[in-house]
Amino acid sequence: MSSFLVILIILVYLAVIFYVAYWAEKNSKSRWVNNPYIYTLSLAVYCTAWTYYGSVGLAATSGLKFLTIYLGPIIIIPTWVILMRKIIRISKGNKISTLADFISLRYGNDRFLGALVTLICIFAIVPYISLQLKAISETFNVITNHHITAVSILDDTTFYIAILLAIFAAFFGTQHTDASERHKGIITAIALESVIKLVFFLVIGIYVTFYLFNGPADIYNKASVLPNFEAQQTIDGLNGGFNWFLLSLLSMIAIMLLPRQFQVTVIENEREKYLKKVIWLFPLYLLLFNVFVIFIAWGGNIIFQNQQVDADLFTLLLPLQNNNEFLALLVFLGGFSAAISMVVISSLALATMLSNNLIIPYGFLRRFSKSESAENTESIKNIRRISIFLLIIIAYFFYKSFTLDRPLVSIGLISFVVIAQLAPAFFGGLFWRRGSSKGAKYGIFTGFVITGYTLLIPLIIDSQSIVTSFVDEGLFGIHILKPYELFGLQIFEPVTHAFFWSLLFNAFIYSLVSVSKLGSYRERNFAEMFVDSTKYASLQEGAYVWKGEAYVRDIKNVLTRFLGERRTERALNLFYMKYDIDKKTQVADARLVNFSEKLLTGSIGSASARILIASVVKEEEISLTEVLNILDETQKAKESNKELKERDKQKDEFLDTVAHELKTPITSIRALSEILLADDDIDNDTKNKFLTSIVSESERVSRLINNILDLEKLATGKEKLDLNENSIKDTILKSIDPFRQLAVNKGIKINLSEINDATVVYDEDRIQQVIVNLLSNAFKFSNEKNGLVKISTYINQNKVEITVEDNGKGIENDELVSIFNKFYQSKNQTLIKPIGSGLGLAISRQIIESHNGKIWAENNIPQGARLTFTLPLNRN
Amino acid sequence: MKKILIVDDEPNIVMSLEYIFKKENFLVYIARDGEEAIEIVENTIPDIILLDIMMPNVDGYQVLNYLKNSETLSKIKVIFLSAKNKLSDIELGLQLGADKYISKPFAIKNLVKEVKELLNKK
Repeated sequence: MSSFLVILIILVYLAVIFYVAYWAEKNSKSRWVNNPYIYTLSLAVYCTAWTYYGSVGLAATSGLKFLTIYLGPIIIIPTWVILMRKIIRISKGNKISTLADFISLRYGNDRFLGALVTLICIFAIVPYISLQLKAISETFNVITNHHITAVSILDDTTFYIAILLAIFAAFFGTQHTDASERHKGIITAIALESVIKLVFFLVIGIYVTFYLFNGPADIYNKASVLPNFEAQQTIDGLNGGFNWFLLSLLSMIAIMLLPRQFQVTVIENEREKYLKKVIWLFPLYLLLFNVFVIFIAWGGNIIFQNQQVDADLFTLLLPLQNNNEFLALLVFLGGFSAAISMVVISSLALATMLSNNLIIPYGFLRRFSKSESAENTESIKNIRRISIFLLIIIAYFFYKSFTLDRPLVSIGLISFVVIAQLAPAFFGGLFWRRGSSKGAKYGIFTGFVITGYTLLIPLIIDSQSIVTSFVDEGLFGIHILKPYELFGLQIFEPVTHAFFWSLLFNAFIYSLVSVSKLGSYRERNFAEMFVDSTKYASLQEGAYVWKGEAYVRDIKNVLTRFLGERRTERALNLFYMKYDIDKKTQVADARLVNFSEKLLTGSIGSASARILIASVVKEEEISLTEVLNILDETQKAKESNKELKERDKQKDEFLDTVAHELKTPITSIRALSEILLADDDIDNDTKNKFLTSIVSESERVSRLINNILDLEKLATGKEKLDLNENSIKDTILKSIDPFRQLAVNKGIKINLSEINDATVVYDEDRIQQVIVNLLSNAFKFSNEKNGLVKISTYINQNKVEITVEDNGKGIENDELVSIFNKFYQSKNQTLIKPIGSGLGLAISRQIIESHNGKIWAENNIPQGARLTFTLPLNRN
Repeated sequence: MKKILIVDDEPNIVMSLEYIFKKENFLVYIARDGEEAIEIVENTIPDIILLDIMMPNVDGYQVLNYLKNSETLSKIKVIFLSAKNKLSDIELGLQLGADKYISKPFAIKNLVKEVKELLNKK
């Protein structure tokens, strides 16, 4: 195929991708952009050109081992509903925008740790990006039948493609200054590319399996007679098993910690619930991608038998061999998609890291804190844009100047091993409170040195053909220091060997340093929040523990410099509203400090945000116990808030009833007064009757109000009881006095014969109030003829019981308890409306209960009601 | 002469209503609760009922239901007079078929006017 045609197709293809990204950015609210499918597909950025070509290459030379790269993810992804949700929640809560930010924040916003993580990532990923460029360039050469590599950069198509990708990533990746915002344009484009690469790969798989051969059985039969076939298709004993296990573990770590995966899974996550789709859809995607790998590999082995053909290129060469240029073009485009999506996301993730965790905190902070907001946002964006270009161009020159003639897979795996050095600090930080920043730094450093010794140095020696005995005989000829067989360990292949030793030492040093030295209070504070994220997630700003002095004006100045006047004002207003804080407050509290740090984190990374805020805030150290106490208290405050709401509801209902009860007498008063006012020829008798009613209804209103206030005072404990030693007999006799005349008038007998005396501690006025209330009910309800009211006491070791009885018709059994409720009025009172407010018994109960006594109602046999209350005796 | 039934368990409210409607030349009947109200309705078939809601035993809603389930009684005009004045209460009352819902405390002139208007409407 002519290069002109291929370049034209590439340009058209890129134009489509650019347009899709542009459209998605414009329609960022659309359902087509925001759904779990786009999210899942964007995760498939995991499948790079390496998957496209390298898997086949690996399958052709070493059988099924390629599967380990996908087994790890498939095993770990189902746990994401819990694990990844936790990571996403923490990240969103703290406006984290990169992996380096995540780790550095967990260890107390450690600037150096963030920089270290960034360097490790750049070290691991830049060669990997080179590899993608190499894949593009090689496959371009194959499809256009070019066999000479371009000498001058300006003649190299790959160079222009790299520049176009950098423009794409820089344009769509820096739409917002806040890097923790989602990049919907890029993600939608990546999702589209994921579909393209899968579909084209399936097409070529079906073509090889069913067109070039007669189905899987046919390929198997033909391939099985090739030499080494049996050995390739087995795990190869226990040693091989270890290798399989470690490779799966390695890919498990990679799917979570590769910067591009962290970017698409965590930063670009719109809703947590998307994870529920991911846990089955993404493994399915990986499975589909791998169905035909082994058949293409076998097919290539059969067709290119005894020819010197690079197995990595089987996917492309098989259709070309059969003169099917169109299919070859599809394969090329699929691989191209896989490569460019990796380049774009990786360079975006790395550039954010580079700017937020390295360049800004170490170089630009002082300048930023002096200049104006508009300049600052522009400079932040520019730093990121330049970083993207820089990374892609470095990757390009790396590919140009080093002979990367290792198979695609091995360079991919090396980058995995380097990234895996972040695993102990990352996962340890999520689940282990004691993990400290010193431990993380030493661990990562040790792991990296060991990776260098056991993998990188031998590889460089090997690929650059340097003559030395280092690899074969070990450092200084010491055999146990042989890089591929460290300490005599011989069962592993180089990659798994390096992974094993580096991770072992890394984790060991991390734990050891963490255990032996306590981290600063600040990192312990964050440790608590990361490890117990579910408990503290709902607290948000409130979970931040901070002690010190700060002024709102200073913090506002810093924010304005980075966010601009308008955004700062808006953010602060929202904050004040959320926490119901007075806008004129001058002294900032912990919540504002934390809130501002988070606001800045998205733009300049957590470490820089921390430094900037710290520059205007005077912070004091607090101990771990204090930290935990404050966190627990905030938690409790949140819970008691719920209780308060419940109580509020009850109070609302109570107020409703009160309103209703108050309206009734007011209705009478108003109606009667209006008649008196309007009607001049009303006779005197009626007039008097009306006025008397108005007076009595007014009394009812004030009685009601007094009772309500009384009840409230008692219930809230606002009124202290006036506790004294009293004679219970005296109190009873005092209470009964006002009823004597009434008794005579109504012909009711009073029986006082069973009153014994005792000295009891109580508030006499209050107890008198209870007795009067019980007596007035008894007088009201006692039999109309031969009425009888009896009051008696019963004294034992612990308490005094006072009983008031009548001989009326008693209380319905189902009302014995409810009569003590507020505003409860018996069904029996149909004809004569009671004088009471409906609160008498409720108040009595409240009084008795605050004396630690009990009150209850029973029915007398054969007739009458019997109400009893007790008062405890304290006989010391 | 139009017949009006006043149903309320508050004696002073009843007293004022009784006075004013007698003055307006109504034949006034009085019930102190729902049960009594139904008895009177069956015997006299009033033109209009002023009905309280919160009453012991049979409440205002139940009385209205009773009326609406009977062919002969369902045409009697009913005005709810209640201290329950939340929007939901009012909506419920009207939904059950009351012709008017007047909140307590009410202006007595206005009540008389509403009663007359309702009776004049065919």
